[in-house]
Amino acid sequence: MYRDMSLIEPKPLLEIDGVTKKFGGVVAFEDVSFNIYPGLTCGLIGPNGAGKTTLLNAISGLIPLSMGEIRLSGDTLSGLPPHKIAARGVSRTFQNIRIFPELSVVENVMIGWHLNNKGTLLETFFRLPRSRMEDRESRKSCLGLLADLGMEDLSGLQAGALSYGDQRRLEIARALALKPRLLLLDEPAAGMNRRETDELFEFLVMLKNTALTILIIEHDMDVIMRISDQVVVLNFGVKIAEGSPDSVRNDRRVIEAYLGEE
Amino acid sequence: MPDFLSHNITVINFILINMALGLSIYLTLSTGLLSLANAGFMAIGAYTTALIITRTDIPLGVAIVPAMLLAALVALPLGMLVLRLRDVYLAIATLGFGEIVRIAALNGDKVVRWFSDNKDLIVFNGAEGITLSYVTPKIVLGLPDSTWPLLIYLLVVTYLAFTLQNSRYGRVLASIRQDETAAHTLGIDVVRYKLLAFVLSAAIAAGAGALSAPVMRVIDPRNYVFSKAVDILAYAVLGGMTHWFGPIVGATVLTSLPEILSFLKDQRDVANGLIIMISTIYLPGGLVDPKMWRSLAKFVLGRNTSGSTA
Repeated sequence: MYRDMSLIEPKPLLEIDGVTKKFGGVVAFEDVSFNIYPGLTCGLIGPNGAGKTTLLNAISGLIPLSMGEIRLSGDTLSGLPPHKIAARGVSRTFQNIRIFPELSVVENVMIGWHLNNKGTLLETFFRLPRSRMEDRESRKSCLGLLADLGMEDLSGLQAGALSYGDQRRLEIARALALKPRLLLLDEPAAGMNRRETDELFEFLVMLKNTALTILIIEHDMDVIMRISDQVVVLNFGVKIAEGSPDSVRNDRRVIEAYLGEE
Repeated sequence: MPDFLSHNITVINFILINMALGLSIYLTLSTGLLSLANAGFMAIGAYTTALIITRTDIPLGVAIVPAMLLAALVALPLGMLVLRLRDVYLAIATLGFGEIVRIAALNGDKVVRWFSDNKDLIVFNGAEGITLSYVTPKIVLGLPDSTWPLLIYLLVVTYLAFTLQNSRYGRVLASIRQDETAAHTLGIDVVRYKLLAFVLSAAIAAGAGALSAPVMRVIDPRNYVFSKAVDILAYAVLGGMTHWFGPIVGATVLTSLPEILSFLKDQRDVANGLIIMISTIYLPGGLVDPKMWRSLAKFVLGRNTSGSTA
C-alpha cells in the first residue's frame, strides 16, 4: 500500500547545506551540512576556534556565506538581512552579552516583541487608541515572559545594572519575545555559577517541552549531553561527527579533537 | 509687555529657535547617529521660506510646509548615502553636506541664470543673501508677533520628541544606539529606522530655519556654516543627550550666556568658553542627566537623614 513518506519523516526545520565561510584566506568553516528537525534540540560543540559562533552568525544573517545555503522550512535564509531572518522566526542570544544596558529590563524584552506591533508613526504621534493599546499589551506580555524566567521583580531595573547571570537570562527572554520557531543560543551558561547553570538547564528543558527547536552552543558538556537530542561536532571548521549524545561522546575523532591525538 | 521681555526679545526668539534645533539633533543622537547636517537643513528651510515670503503673499505659517518637505526630500537620498557611515565618519560626511548647501546658496544664481533668459536674475543673491523687509513688530496677546510662531513650533516639536521618546519608536531608536547588531537580529530594520530619524531631524531643523527667517531678516550663507553645525551639537552635548529636556536646557544656556556675560565686555568670550569647558568636564552626561540628578538627590537626602540621627 502506498504511504506518503512525508507523513512519517518530518521535513527538517533548519537545513545547513554545504556551507562554507572564508575570511580572506582563513577558513572559518567548510562544507558543513546538517539538519535540525522541528521540536528537537541540537547541540553544536567543538574546541575553541572551531567556527561554531561564526556558523551561528551566518544563520542569523550577520555574515554572508562564501558558499552553500541555509534554509528554514525549505525557504532560503542565506542572503537575507538579519531583521528579515528574525521575522521568519529565528532569534538568538550572544556569547558576549548584548543587552541594551540603558533600557529597563522589560523594555529590553519589548524590543524583542517589537515585530508584533502594527501601530504607525502617525498613530504614535497622535496617541491613537491602537498604538496605546499595543503598548499596554506588549508590556503585559513581556512581563509575563519575564515571570516565566523568574525575573518579574527585576522588570523595572536598568538592564545594565543586572548581575551577569540575570543579563544572560534577560537575553533569552528577549529572544523568546520574538516568538521564534528556531532559537539559537550561543553559550548561554558561560560565566554562570553552578546554581545558575542548573536553573538555566531547568528552564531550557521547559522550553524544549514547548516544542521549540533549539540550536545551542555550549562548553558545559554536562548541559549539552543532557539537553540535546542530536549533537554536531565541529573541529577546525569541519564537521567531524553528528549523532545522538551517546554516540558522539564515544566517537574516536571527537575524543581526539578534544584531548589531542595519541 | 514687561520690560524684561521687550529688552530681550531677540535673545528669547533665538533661544526658541535654538531649542528646536537642539531637539532636531537630539533625534539623530538618540539613534546613535552623529550627524552634523542640521545647519544645512536649517539653511534649506530658511532660504525656501525667505524666497516664498519675499516673492508671494503666502504667509509664514504656510511657507514652513514646503520648506520642511524640501528638507525631508533632500534628507532621504542623502541619508541612504551617508547613513552606512558611523561616528566621526558620518560627522565628516554630513559636514560636507553643510558645505555643499553653503556653496549652492553662494553660487546658486549662476546655475539659475543658465536656465533663464534673464542673465541678471537674482534669486539667492550670493554672499549678500536675501533681505526681508522690516516689519514693525506688533504685540499680540502680550508677545511680539515674531515670537508666537516660534513658541508654537517649539511646543509641537517638544510634544513630538516627548511622545517619541516614550513610544515604541523611541525604544527602538535607543536600542539601535545601544547595540545596533543586537537590534538587527531582533527584527529591527536598522537602516529604515535610522533613515526615519535622519529625515525627521532634517524636517525639524528646516522648520526652525524657516521660522528663523523673519527674525534674522538677512538670510545669507554665512549663518549656516560649520560653526552653526557645531553650535547645534553643543546644545545637545551641554544639555545632555539622554533626555529630550537636555537640548532645551543646553540651547537656553548657550544662547543666553553671551548676553548674561556681556558685562565682562572683552573677556566675555573667554568666560563663555571656560563655563562650557568646565561644565562638560564635570557634567559629562550634560546638565540634564537623570542618573546624575537622582544620585545627587540620594546623596543630599541621605546626608540629611544621617544628620538627623546624629
